Amino acid sequence: MSFDVEQAVGSLQNEFPQNIVNIKEYRNETTILIDKESINKICNYLKHNLDFTFLADLTAVDYLEVKSPRYEVVYHIHRFGPDCEENVRIRLKAELTDSEPTIDSVVSIWSGADWLEREVYDMFGIKFIGHPDLRRILMPEDYEPFPLRKDFDVRNREASKKSFEKALEDGTD
Amino acid sequence: MGVNADPLVGGEGFLTTTIEAFANWGRKNSLWPMPFGTACCAIEMMGVFASRYDLSRFGAEVARFSPRQADLMIVSGTITYKMASVCRRIYDQMPEPKWVIAMGSCTCGGGPFDSYAVVQGIDEFLPVDVYVGGCPPRPEALIDAVMKIQKKIEMKGAPIV
Repeated sequence: MSFDVEQAVGSLQNEFPQNIVNIKEYRNETTILIDKESINKICNYLKHNLDFTFLADLTAVDYLEVKSPRYEVVYHIHRFGPDCEENVRIRLKAELTDSEPTIDSVVSIWSGADWLEREVYDMFGIKFIGHPDLRRILMPEDYEPFPLRKDFDVRNREASKKSFEKALEDGTD
Repeated sequence: MGVNADPLVGGEGFLTTTIEAFANWGRKNSLWPMPFGTACCAIEMMGVFASRYDLSRFGAEVARFSPRQADLMIVSGTITYKMASVCRRIYDQMPEPKWVIAMGSCTCGGGPFDSYAVVQGIDEFLPVDVYVGGCPPRPEALIDAVMKIQKKIEMKGAPIV
């Protein structure tokens, strides 16, 4: 029994014709653009009906001044086959607007998404609705900017200095 | 300063010195480093402690991961602002007198990381005695830094508390 990407994509298209915006195939990588409201049900379907048991990565991209809507959240999802040639990987993307950078959390589907979503929140300020513990993970907790946003100057150390001085004062490392 | 007894008096001679000079002579030959390693420079520092370069030849092999028992802090590796308060806390916990070596380009001036998270040189928050450039510095460079610290202790000394 073998399983390939076309099968997965076809099955998704049958199940969610309304929610799939675009499907791209480039150098044997399949990228499926979906609307953000359906992220939970599509991920659920991928995991429980198509055996995509592993969330390999979750990240985001800021397309400021390149395209609108501004953000894309990216999911790399993996299906382990019975032998390594049947391993299948697909990429899901969902677009988020600048005015409402929120999307449903997938922690309830893949618990490994917990820290990945926290990192995306930390760097881009994208809020994951339903995340059990959405705090900053890399930057100090009282840090204010979101450093990987394109409108943030990457050399701006003011906020870091402020957090550092406060940590010294309070004795909270 | 010589401590060898005069051979003319059969090994039972005496010498005159000041308490300060005597204490500093002891200090410089028994530095206890507190290794604050956060990145690749720390690997090079381990090489200096190990047998090939053997920092114990300079009396400084007793690396203590407890600041209360150390008098030489070797900061080796990129220091982020989040780590900086920890670094400062550990320095504050070391008893006087104490010295600091900034090992590597990152600790000296931020290195290649001109970014929002990285301190551009630990002298923003620590009094540094010796800077060692390099990415990472050769073990000989760190040994040279330790010898410079020894010289500094000998020449300037430290007050007896």
